[in-house]
Amino acid sequence: MTWTSLPDWWWPFLFILLAGWLATDVWRFLGVFVGGRIREDSEALVLVRCIATALVAAVIAQLILYPTGELASSPIWLRVGAAAGGFAVYLATGKRVLIGVAVAEALLVIGLLVL
Amino acid sequence: MRDDRSLESSSVSDSGAHDFATHLRWFLHGTSRIFSVPAILLMSSFVGFAGLAIESGMTMVQTVFMTLVIWALPAKVVLIGAATSGATLPAAALSVALSSVRLMPMVVSLLPELKGPRTSRVTLLFLSHFVAVTAWVMAMEEMHAIPRNLRTSYFAGVGMVLVGTNALVVVAVYLLSASFPPIVFAALFMLTPMYFLTSLWRSARERAGQVAMIAGLVLFPVFHRLAPGYDLLLTGVIGGAGAFIFHRIDRNRLEAK
Repeated sequence: MTWTSLPDWWWPFLFILLAGWLATDVWRFLGVFVGGRIREDSEALVLVRCIATALVAAVIAQLILYPTGELASSPIWLRVGAAAGGFAVYLATGKRVLIGVAVAEALLVIGLLVL
Repeated sequence: MRDDRSLESSSVSDSGAHDFATHLRWFLHGTSRIFSVPAILLMSSFVGFAGLAIESGMTMVQTVFMTLVIWALPAKVVLIGAATSGATLPAAALSVALSSVRLMPMVVSLLPELKGPRTSRVTLLFLSHFVAVTAWVMAMEEMHAIPRNLRTSYFAGVGMVLVGTNALVVVAVYLLSASFPPIVFAALFMLTPMYFLTSLWRSARERAGQVAMIAGLVLFPVFHRLAPGYDLLLTGVIGGAGAFIFHRIDRNRLEAK
């Protein structure tokens, strides 16, 4: 059962509800029910945060290394270079998100225009 | 709103009953937070997300639906990644669920700030849906300045204006996209990973979080080659477990000193 398994109009929406809505709101609702019983600094939560962080990092790598659409035809070194350059400037300027994003975008667009 | 001391003191003196107009006023205070730096950053990353969704073949209605029912940006990006890579429904759900575990500790830590003495569980369940990185950061920073009995109204305003506006941002990008030159799509696509990369690095609570990030970035191409379809899952679990082991060793070393 994948995204394209059924041709019906409702299938993507059911897919979004089951794999998306349920998979996110279950944690939010669990948070309400568990309430104050979990300590913010407990070791289990550190492990949970580590896995969540590594997973989002995997998504970042997927988007930069194996993009879909227009960006897929650009050279990989340009995408990695733009991201690394933006991140380096972000670190150098006191972790300003806006600056990091802007530099990476500028490098990418310049690279795409020049090539 | 923060210098409105008279309101704050009146709410302390009574038992928590406010008239509708007062709740509405604080709800509207919440909605006015759409004009803030984190809200504007979030909107620009939703412009990027919409570009990503268009490039991945999602329809406008599907993308708006995702925005309303999932809301958290990483979860939506993982879902689109799983859907386009041909993952099965259970594998996609597991990936999204793993990427969203952090929502639970976020809700747990927000609750004591958010709830008043008479807040019902149904209200909290409803409000918890708006918890994602941006709304959570804003709430954790601002809640202390809001009268306790009106915090749920305020947070409802923040959450609903963020979700509603970003749903409109998605619609706007879809409607305007026909006139975009190709390079704009490439640039929009890049917004999401860069926003995640920089904001996640900054919000990492312990050093293990940054180790987990580096592990995820490095391990993903390896697992992508070894086990496509399960690459996200394996990277998350193995990279995260590795970072946790680092965290334990690091902590033991500190305690030994």
